[in-house]
Amino acid sequence: MADQPWIMRTYSGHSTPKASNELYRANLARGQTGLSVAFDLPTQLGYDSDAPEARGEVGRTGVPICHLGDMRALFDGIALERMNTSMTINATAAWLLALYVAAAEEQGASVAKLRGTTQNDIIKEYLSRGTYIFPPAPSLRLIADVILFAVREIPDFNPTNVCSYHLQEAGATPEQEIAYALSTAIAVLDAVRARGVEGGEFAQVFGRLSFFLNSSIRFVDEVCKERAFTELWDRLGRERYEVAEPALRRFRYGVQVNSLGLTEQQPENNIVRIAFEMLGVTLSRRARARAVQLPAWNEALGLPRPWDQQLSLRTQQILAFETDLLEHGDLFDGSRVVEARSREIAEAAWAEVEAVLAQGGAVAAVESGYIKERLVAANAARLAAIESGARVVVGVNRYTESAPSPLTAAGAGVILEIDPEAEREQIERLRAWRAERDAGAVARALGALREAAASGENVMPASIAAAKAGVTTGEWAGALREVFGEYRAPTGVGGARSPALAEDRLAALREEVSALEQVLGRRPRLLIGKPGLDGHSNGAEQIALRARDAGFEVVYQGIRSSPSELARSAVDEGVHLVGLSVLSGAHLPLVREVLAKLRERGAGDLPVVAGGIIPEGDAEALRELGVARVFTPKDFDLSRILTELVAVVKSAHAAG
Amino acid sequence: MLPAELASGVARREPRAVARAISLVEDRREEAAPRIAALLGALPSRGGEERVGITGPPGVGKSSLVSALARVARASGRTVGVLAVDPSSPRSGGALLGDRARIELEPDDTGLFVRSMASGGALGGLASAAGAAIEVLAAAYDLVLIETTGVGQSETDVEHVADTVVMVVQPASGDVLQFLKSGIIEIPDVFVVNKADLGEIAARARAELAAALDAVHAGEQPAWRAPVISTSVPERRGFDELLGVIDAHRAHLEATCGIVARRRRAAAAWSLRLFLRRYGEVGVERAGGASALRARFERELAAGRTAFEAVRDAGRP
Repeated sequence: MADQPWIMRTYSGHSTPKASNELYRANLARGQTGLSVAFDLPTQLGYDSDAPEARGEVGRTGVPICHLGDMRALFDGIALERMNTSMTINATAAWLLALYVAAAEEQGASVAKLRGTTQNDIIKEYLSRGTYIFPPAPSLRLIADVILFAVREIPDFNPTNVCSYHLQEAGATPEQEIAYALSTAIAVLDAVRARGVEGGEFAQVFGRLSFFLNSSIRFVDEVCKERAFTELWDRLGRERYEVAEPALRRFRYGVQVNSLGLTEQQPENNIVRIAFEMLGVTLSRRARARAVQLPAWNEALGLPRPWDQQLSLRTQQILAFETDLLEHGDLFDGSRVVEARSREIAEAAWAEVEAVLAQGGAVAAVESGYIKERLVAANAARLAAIESGARVVVGVNRYTESAPSPLTAAGAGVILEIDPEAEREQIERLRAWRAERDAGAVARALGALREAAASGENVMPASIAAAKAGVTTGEWAGALREVFGEYRAPTGVGGARSPALAEDRLAALREEVSALEQVLGRRPRLLIGKPGLDGHSNGAEQIALRARDAGFEVVYQGIRSSPSELARSAVDEGVHLVGLSVLSGAHLPLVREVLAKLRERGAGDLPVVAGGIIPEGDAEALRELGVARVFTPKDFDLSRILTELVAVVKSAHAAG
Repeated sequence: MLPAELASGVARREPRAVARAISLVEDRREEAAPRIAALLGALPSRGGEERVGITGPPGVGKSSLVSALARVARASGRTVGVLAVDPSSPRSGGALLGDRARIELEPDDTGLFVRSMASGGALGGLASAAGAAIEVLAAAYDLVLIETTGVGQSETDVEHVADTVVMVVQPASGDVLQFLKSGIIEIPDVFVVNKADLGEIAARARAELAAALDAVHAGEQPAWRAPVISTSVPERRGFDELLGVIDAHRAHLEATCGIVARRRRAAAAWSLRLFLRRYGEVGVERAGGASALRARFERELAAGRTAFEAVRDAGRP
């Protein structure tokens, strides 16, 4: 019998709920069969759009949702009872699900019929993505709250989507992806079991756990990885959790294929990469994805336009509806090559799961920095292989000659520009919302939420009541911040080392750095900072690692610093250079503010460099503001970046 | 900026002046030496400040403890300067600084200053410039906290630059046994069992430590007996008590030997260590041996010279 096509989605959302709603409706009209909501960073981190922390970030990486009115507008004209909605939301998952349930109720939907997914996986936030708020213990408790609510009230919903996706983006090998995702699932399941859930209900919980995977260009390895995953999950259910029913042990997963391998150079090549990457998660029927999202070919340049998203959707539709893939059973059963490689991956992954469990599980291995250090080291090895040419990337380190591209020619408007008015409009609506609601009801709802959080009672009912009372995202998260406190995860840079492949080029760099030390009188010092809310620290970590191993003294304080904090640290620490990394697209306002704060502190002469997904026009604007160098994804050669940094320090010293 | 201007900026607690002063004392170029000497000589001597070394094995939670202690001291109105030492890579000479529990810093609070320093070639101990950097901080802030790497010579180094040495231990780590074996148990003035939120095992570590101290001091009546304090960062517990004990130790020094004399003796020992690092054992022999050098340093320090100058002069042929 032919297989059903997977759910087709596109990860999207930007500017305002209204603008995102229009985009969703257009995407559905083009044949998309589910929605995947991207929230902006303030929403993911529990800040209202008018919070000082949110400045410049509103509506940038996704849609801002501050209250029930925003959620209502986001799904206006879309029947939630019939929709399958995936929400990439973690620290504030309980809140966004509460708003979703309240919005569905308003539409007259039967809540029990809601289908979709909340990502709700905090471990990979500590390791890779950075949108965590609370310490591990209360974070796991919130995840368990959402799971228990979902299993009881919305049984077709996937309350947590354990992610290996972001581990691959952080550089993980296939074995590491499986191992750390399974370790995370074990931590979640154990947390649920510790709440006294057992027997049939626990088996239901196991059955509702789903995964969110990545798929790289090495698609044969990917096929084997998904098969290994399927086998290990089944085994975990059988052996550790004694789930008797095979259907509840089925490995269910969705996918966003790899963005890490998409290139800024000759970006049209990414169209082909994305198609091959999709093969890894669709070819093997027994390990086929339930839902697929594809990135857009121009992601490394900036935000994709509707047409770019359409091309990704068409890629999926061609594979599902034009090719004969879905007509057949599993293509690889009995393949010695695939079975041997799957077994090899499964064995290595399982050994690493046991290593994590021996240290006390995923949370302990996050807090000790163990997993993060392994990821930083794996990513360093990957980058060094690209630098040395051992790993071929067409158009980047081989076949770099190109005819002029009509797609990226001047005036082609190759990316989506966010309307700068969107942030202001969003804030106006938020203020009007606050003015109109019943303040007494809001205070009572927040009181009940605090009480539930402190007492250990499930926060979902109180959150849904708060949503209906008109509470905002910032108020909900603020109440929980008071009860749970906030957390900072280890950066993982301290324990990692540059790979051997980089050694030759490091030796030359060390000489340059030593020569610079003679000139400066002390070791050159570099502050690496991530201003704003963006938690994608993989790039900053690799620069920090390589700079240290080249002989710099590197001040690295991790993610989410305010421009004032960075300026103060730069002054106090006596650095020679400030490097700023921003991947959220908010580089212009954030870098401008850091520069202003440096001037206020009398350090306006300190050279600043910036890195991120920075379109050429913005790069020019940054240089005009006085930024000494701008680095983008096409600068894959870390040693060359370091050489540039040495040159910047040298010329600033000569000028000063 | 002239060294004297820099010194008065330090006295006014201007972050930029304090930062530049520390950068200056880190400057290893020959031509910087006269300016360093001038700066150190021009720093006001306050006398009322406290210098506290925080040491203990890696991973024990020193950074979050320093952060919590700084917060409590700030809340009580004291100004705080922190010098946090991180290890240098022996291969590249580079270092990763500040990659630890971040000290919560109000960007506009000039009463709190945080500076990182790499250990340099000192195998995990304090960098050569640490002593001078501490002088800079002591001229600006009421409480100077020195966080060590906790490896190599850091415990014995910190003894020479701090009035009070606080040793942090990890529950259930076997640390206590290690201290006893290595004799390090006799250095600290205060012990802290951190992570008291771990409950039972923290209480046991505290009891073991107290018993070990009893054994070390059996039959003696020491003038100061190192107390054992329990702290918990997540529960914000024990830091007022810790600050109280640190104050008590300083008062004890004042009453017994006098803080000035004690600092001078410690500075002479630190100078000797710096001299040894710079000129080696042969250099020490040539200069008349360790005890003669130490006596010379004590004399010069008593005469109002800085350790920096004393070491330099003693090294001149």
